[in-house]
Amino acid sequence: MIAVLAILLAAQPPIHPQFTGGVVSPESAFSISNAQVLQPEELNRILHAQGANRPLVLQVGSHMLFAEAHIAGSEYAGPGSQAAGLKQLQDRVTPLPRKTFIVLYCGCCPWNRCPNIGPAFKLLRDLGFTNVKALYIADNLGADWVDKGYPVESGR
Amino acid sequence: MLVGTFAAGARTAFATESLLNKKAPEITLTDLNGGNLDLASFRGKVVLLDFWATWCSPCQVEMPRFAQWQRQYGPQGFQVIGISMDDDPALARALYAKLKLNYPVAMGDEKLGHLYGGVLGLPLTYLIDRNGEVRARFQGEPDLKAIETRLKTLLSKP
Repeated sequence: MIAVLAILLAAQPPIHPQFTGGVVSPESAFSISNAQVLQPEELNRILHAQGANRPLVLQVGSHMLFAEAHIAGSEYAGPGSQAAGLKQLQDRVTPLPRKTFIVLYCGCCPWNRCPNIGPAFKLLRDLGFTNVKALYIADNLGADWVDKGYPVESGR
Repeated sequence: MLVGTFAAGARTAFATESLLNKKAPEITLTDLNGGNLDLASFRGKVVLLDFWATWCSPCQVEMPRFAQWQRQYGPQGFQVIGISMDDDPALARALYAKLKLNYPVAMGDEKLGHLYGGVLGLPLTYLIDRNGEVRARFQGEPDLKAIETRLKTLLSKP
């Protein structure tokens, strides 16, 4: 049992602020705990599964990159690094029940450098949403989603 | 290039196609200063093609170094070209001025991104040889030493 737990913990992404000298801004990607993160293979499984528990998937990064390729069925609601983007995100989610299953993602650049996912995640928590996950994209959407053959669309 | 159907709402499998050792796709744009930016006009030079955006912090580490290389290696036939993938050109213009970039920069779009193998994360840098063929691709946290080593090798060739 302990061995299984150790293996599971080791498989988690190294979400720690190694590039910030230990200081974690409340709006950085590092402020999102492991328990609040979803791995790409997990989201892919959820999207393919039958049933009603499909999340609302929102891209909170670059609209240009969204237009090139985005997770199939996801909507654009960003960028999280700008006030106008956070307003767009807030407008999208405000009418929803606070238990709505929402997955946020970006994929613009490496996780530890992302300026969008942290502020967007914080906003949803501040608005009272209790079932929000951040998709952990270690490097970028190309490497961590598209190149793995997971479902993708183009267009604005 | 990204291959697959583009029907709205369709679930499609995409595959990024490698450009390495192939002719670099043509680029014909207007740069931020209103001039023509035509990749073909730089044939005979080694070109560093840099996809960046103002929200990309690793990009801002690279760009001053690219400007330094433009000064240092330009006489040997080296040319940097920047393509901003920002949604707002005003942001790109502001950073261009702030960093005092000495190479042409134009605004990209999703079509250009598709042509160049899918710009699905930044920074993304290509090295194109004097014959217009793509010889190297670098993505993510910049390895400036590796990029510089590679460009010097390409500059040493006719």
